Amino acid sequence: MSRDVVIPLGRLDPAAVDTAGGKACALAALAQAGLPVPAGAAVTTAAYAQYIAAAGLRERIALELSRKDFADMRWEEIWDAALRIRNLFLTTPLPRRLRDRLARGLGERLTAGPVVVRSSAPGEDAEGASFAGLHESYVNIRGLDAVLEHVRLVWASLWSDAALLYRRELGLDPRHSAMAVVVQELADGRRSGVCFTVDPRDASHGLLEAVHGLNQGLVDGTIEPDRWVLDRDDGRLLEHAAAEREEWVRPTADGVRVAPLPAELRDRPPLGDDEAVTVYGMARRSESFFGRPQDVEWTFAGERLTCLQSRPITTGAEAGDDRAAYLSLRRSFDNLATLRRRIEDELLPQIGRDADAMAGVVLETLTDDELQEEILRRRERYEHWIAVYSVDFIPFAHGVRLFGRLYNDVVHPADPYEFTDLLGSGPMASMQRNDELESMAARLRDGEDTDDALEAFLTRYGDTSWGATTLAAQRETLRHLIGELAAAPHGTESQRRGDPARQRRDAGDTSAPEEAEERFLQQVDESEREHAREVLDLARASWRLRDDDNVYVGRIEGQLLRAIAEARGRGTFAAAELDHLAAPLHPTVGGLPAPSTGAGSREATAAQATASARARQSADETEPRAVRARQLLGQPAGPGVAVGPARVVVTPEDISGFRAGEVLVCDAVDPSMTFVVPLAAAIVERRGGMLIHGAIIAREYGIPCVTGVPQATQQIITGDRVSVDGHLGIVVVG
Amino acid sequence: MQREEIETVLRELFAAQRLAVLSTQQDGRPYGSLVGFDAADDLRSVVFATTRATRKFANLMADPWVALVIDSRDNRESDFHAAVAVTATGASREALGAERDAAAAHYLGKHPALKSFVDSPTCAMVVVDVDTYYLVRRFQDVVELHVRL
Repeated sequence: MSRDVVIPLGRLDPAAVDTAGGKACALAALAQAGLPVPAGAAVTTAAYAQYIAAAGLRERIALELSRKDFADMRWEEIWDAALRIRNLFLTTPLPRRLRDRLARGLGERLTAGPVVVRSSAPGEDAEGASFAGLHESYVNIRGLDAVLEHVRLVWASLWSDAALLYRRELGLDPRHSAMAVVVQELADGRRSGVCFTVDPRDASHGLLEAVHGLNQGLVDGTIEPDRWVLDRDDGRLLEHAAAEREEWVRPTADGVRVAPLPAELRDRPPLGDDEAVTVYGMARRSESFFGRPQDVEWTFAGERLTCLQSRPITTGAEAGDDRAAYLSLRRSFDNLATLRRRIEDELLPQIGRDADAMAGVVLETLTDDELQEEILRRRERYEHWIAVYSVDFIPFAHGVRLFGRLYNDVVHPADPYEFTDLLGSGPMASMQRNDELESMAARLRDGEDTDDALEAFLTRYGDTSWGATTLAAQRETLRHLIGELAAAPHGTESQRRGDPARQRRDAGDTSAPEEAEERFLQQVDESEREHAREVLDLARASWRLRDDDNVYVGRIEGQLLRAIAEARGRGTFAAAELDHLAAPLHPTVGGLPAPSTGAGSREATAAQATASARARQSADETEPRAVRARQLLGQPAGPGVAVGPARVVVTPEDISGFRAGEVLVCDAVDPSMTFVVPLAAAIVERRGGMLIHGAIIAREYGIPCVTGVPQATQQIITGDRVSVDGHLGIVVVG
Repeated sequence: MQREEIETVLRELFAAQRLAVLSTQQDGRPYGSLVGFDAADDLRSVVFATTRATRKFANLMADPWVALVIDSRDNRESDFHAAVAVTATGASREALGAERDAAAAHYLGKHPALKSFVDSPTCAMVVVDVDTYYLVRRFQDVVELHVRL
């Protein structure tokens, strides 16, 4: 195997897929067959191997991915791991010798720019597995430093969440993967497109699509192309369908951007009929060279037709995979901005009105039949909102992820979650409720009566779901929690260490998030600054919603449970049927297969009951344990360290005894548990992820948090002394 | 055998090996751990990294005296005659401030993969000031090197 780190396309052996990747080899073949291909070179897998061997990167990636069985990782955890790995690439410079060899190999021509830097994974674009779109490509990159940085980003995309999931689907071990990169002169296309030598809809035709500008807009589906249908037999033009031409993609200082199409181009098709025939002719030459139908990307740079890429036509069915589902994990800014308007302007007001209407029904005055109908209606609304939660609210979390990527690309921070310091400035619903409890605690400390305030609180929030009942039934629990807050107002505060954002807020430095924002924006190229501001604003809305949506859906669930409690009280309803109607639903990430090892709901419920029984015991009441967990490994989700007795919470009833300074151990923080977060020394969650509700709340309060600890609620028993290391994601028991 | 010869053997062994067995104790109860180690260039100390919540750290806070075993075995029968093993004894302490920074930088030169671990504020760099190395070769050939003499 060649150890060259750079091989020019003109000299690259088109069979060297293992070292140069499928895309580079296909381009080399086209160039060597005489098709017009922009000059370029392959950065080989040897360069990748040298890079990850230096600085221990190979083992650091392996450590990251072996924190827990890959098959057991939820998608959120995989996303987090991918983010941390991407940051390793961003913050690990190229070894000097490798950097010099790459600079020499690429030469002046491919570093002065502008160039495109594209992934070329071994196996990519080959027959069978298709990795198209899973890895990154970057357009319009200039200068040696920028080119080499983007080579590292393409390498990192081998470890993106989508790429990791797709490899899991195919049963490939990502640790054996490698990545090559193509660096190619940018053909500054004024008119570009894609040509299928065989029309997927009719095998006797060819299909040509074209847009003004670069073809990124066409390939990712944001810009509608003009279409031409051609006869496969004689290359004759059969049909031209014009598009509404409104936008185009143009190069900017450091990338590309969608812009309005100049008026004079709107009425003009990107190609003349004769040009369409010429492009189709070039695509057919590629087909005869490769010996099978091709999907060819092309562009006109000036009047010169250039072939950007040619690969065998694959259909989703042929590839037989769910790549589309993994690709949908990435959402564009525009997509999310639309989703935000829908959530803020329509869905949240609707859900609030729904809950208010239910709260207004005086259940006691209903007949049994009317109550039955009311329960069924509420169940239907609950199921409806859980579905909305899965389809709209969960995907909106991508707003945070979009900003996280942008921030890390610009700032290259040592902590890949530093960006969350810029997000938590808006009021969250559960924190507002907690602030009211805190102020009641303050009044209690001053010897004032809080009964009226508590009643008012229950009136406002009484319909929050609380296990099988609602908060309205938890007057005594709330009294206890207020008492705990009053007795230990600063005991919990002292546990809050480590989170710089919190420390700054505690120090009264309220301008810190704004300063961090300003510092970030100053590092963004001026032409991109407005866009960065918009992405940050979107991310803040997304961050807030991760808390608020829980609270809103919790209200609907609470109203359902309130009606069911009324029915139980009457004794005239079948208990089994009421149990069925009260069963909680769990939102899922749309369309994604869950890890295969997930327990069925029946076993899960049984396990929960056992765990709950155990949770109410304390450590010194339980039998001596032959096997005990000493150190549990999860994911770091909120920085800081805390030590305290564990309080395992499986059902909301377990909350009633919560004491200040205890460590909250749970499956997932639900709306009822958020009340005790200000009392907790730390949070340990079974559910994994950095951007899940519990982690966000923990970070807002500056409490150490570890998530994704398998069987946390079974391995830890209430009363166990636990040390929570929120920096490294470790929980030490005993 | 000359001091220089022994030091050469130690340096070669320490460069080739990544892991050491660490012995600590508390209340007369010994405890063993596997740690990634790094020896100082002058051989006067050996460094390892641990979080402060571990049993080994609690033990050496209670009693700083430790032993470390570093060896070249590869789990074959020939190890009996061919393996080299070194036991190092000395007192341990947590490095702080500038000494921690220097120890961490040197340590990461040998264990770059542990960067996130070592960078965590919860991770202690523990320095063992070695008083004696016991070098074992050819099954039963043992020499001592008293570092402080």
